[in-house]
Amino acid sequence: MATWLERGRRSLVGRLIAGFFRESRGTPGAIIWIGITIVLIIVELSVLAPFLAPFDPNTKVATPETAPGGPFLMGTDRSGQDVFSRILWGGRVPLQIIALATMMSLVVGLPLGLLSGFLGGRLDRVLVLVMDSIYAFPGLLLAIAIAAVIGRGILNISAAIAVVYIPTYFRVIRNHVSSVKSELYVDAAVALGMPKWRVIGKYVLPNVAQNVPVIFSINAADAVLTEAALTFLGLGLPVGIPDWGFDISLNWQRFDVIWWATFYPGLFILLLTTALTFVGEGLNDILNPLLRKART
Amino acid sequence: MAILLETKGLNVIFRTQNGDLHAVRDLDLSLPEGVTLGLVGESGCGKSTLGRAILRILQENATMTGSIRFGAMDLLALPREETRQIRGRNIAMIFQDPMTRLNPLMRIRDHFIETIRAHEADTTKEAALKRAEKVLADVRVPPDRMRMYPHELSGGMRQRIMIALALLFNPTLLIADEPTTALDVIVESQILELLRSIMKDYNMSVLLITHNLGLVAEFADRVAVMYAGRIVEEGETHRLFRNPMHPYTQGLLKSVIDLETADLYSIPGYPPSLLGPSVGCPYYPRCEKRMDICKTVDPPLRPTGDDGGTVLCHLY
Repeated sequence: MATWLERGRRSLVGRLIAGFFRESRGTPGAIIWIGITIVLIIVELSVLAPFLAPFDPNTKVATPETAPGGPFLMGTDRSGQDVFSRILWGGRVPLQIIALATMMSLVVGLPLGLLSGFLGGRLDRVLVLVMDSIYAFPGLLLAIAIAAVIGRGILNISAAIAVVYIPTYFRVIRNHVSSVKSELYVDAAVALGMPKWRVIGKYVLPNVAQNVPVIFSINAADAVLTEAALTFLGLGLPVGIPDWGFDISLNWQRFDVIWWATFYPGLFILLLTTALTFVGEGLNDILNPLLRKART
Repeated sequence: MAILLETKGLNVIFRTQNGDLHAVRDLDLSLPEGVTLGLVGESGCGKSTLGRAILRILQENATMTGSIRFGAMDLLALPREETRQIRGRNIAMIFQDPMTRLNPLMRIRDHFIETIRAHEADTTKEAALKRAEKVLADVRVPPDRMRMYPHELSGGMRQRIMIALALLFNPTLLIADEPTTALDVIVESQILELLRSIMKDYNMSVLLITHNLGLVAEFADRVAVMYAGRIVEEGETHRLFRNPMHPYTQGLLKSVIDLETADLYSIPGYPPSLLGPSVGCPYYPRCEKRMDICKTVDPPLRPTGDDGGTVLCHLY
């Protein structure tokens, strides 16, 4: 036990976790913890949907448009499906897509930003131009266009959303790299004969990595909305897969009568977005000491 | 004595938005083995640029012509990968500002491991650490500092670490770019003492770049005085300090503060702009002994006498 603790304290991951707990007190800490709790609850509900959902989400289980109450916690929708069951099942797809999409844009945007910022020159010019033109598009419109071209499916939708967020990583990382590049320790590393890729990996990347978790969670929050919008428009998923955005599109025209069938899916989209934003904002406060000082 | 480093007709030009900046112009310099050469001159005269040009770590807008011979190699003709291998292995450099020269997110020992692996990729961690410890002992840093982060160390300590990193591969040439400027006087003298003993132990040639004349007088075997990208006078230290020949050297030596009278002489005027072409002697507008010929004709390189030095002036 003692040696395990000891090692935990000395390893990088151990120190990071310990540091996180130390720094996550006060207001930013509270914001993060609220966010993480909500996200975790939604993730758990979705993962455990097969056990928690009282009904099959895709079959008619009662008279359509039954009000909430009795066995139907959140009522039934226009086709008589249980809204609560559909909400539990419906979180799985958005969560998968968001995780995939943000990972994909991280995997593409981060290395491109590093290279562009560090190498500069013509490559940098071209990449910045390409990224800026992607950025200039309204994100949703771009995602719709890509989704329409590459077709349905979780992977395709994730890719469509990923493209929208690549420029965010690229920009932040690239700009930070081009300032870290002129730090004297980078110069000293070059003077000691360090190869370029090693300078990038060991001297530049760790000094810009603090941006990643923040962009990651804020992009994830935004991706929830984009995903919901895509499925609301009927783009993206094969029929028969429960999804919050899709459920809203099925029922919104009858909102005045069966408000519950749109309200609850909307509430969950809102909750997930807000929670992820909380995590991002809180992380930003903690990881950016200047901001932290300015707010206290 | 064999010549270790020799530049012939070296030019360094930076392309800028205001035109070409001629930072080093037609520079001939030779450094024999085991000799410490002090390179002095005021800010912006090109002395740091020369040091970085030798290592080929100038900014991307710099172009170089001429030749830099190091041993049997022409550094300007070598492929990129080979110049990288020479850096830190054959020629090492230490800098003015030790406070910010170490990666703040890396422990001291990782700096050593990284540097060793940059040149010998398959070195094990243990072997690297063993070597690091040996060098650290040479610069008198206790081994327990190895697991610390740079912010936990003082400026003097960090400069010792930088020196140790430079010494890892027993370089034959050490370029020291104002190694003590950012340190207070007590630490400065400790670092100088250290450098002196290391130079002897490691049998290195040193190119000491500084504007501190006292440092040069105490340290260097030979001195080169730079002005506007050129070496205007070069020679053995004693001769140069006792009998400076170039009017700029004379002015420079006169500008050392006299503690008896507290008078401080300064050379009138400013150094010339390095943009664009140059005609005649660059020191002409400030020179006390100027002649008409200086304005239009480039000064000739003349021998200074028994010390094997040179002076770039129409007077001789």
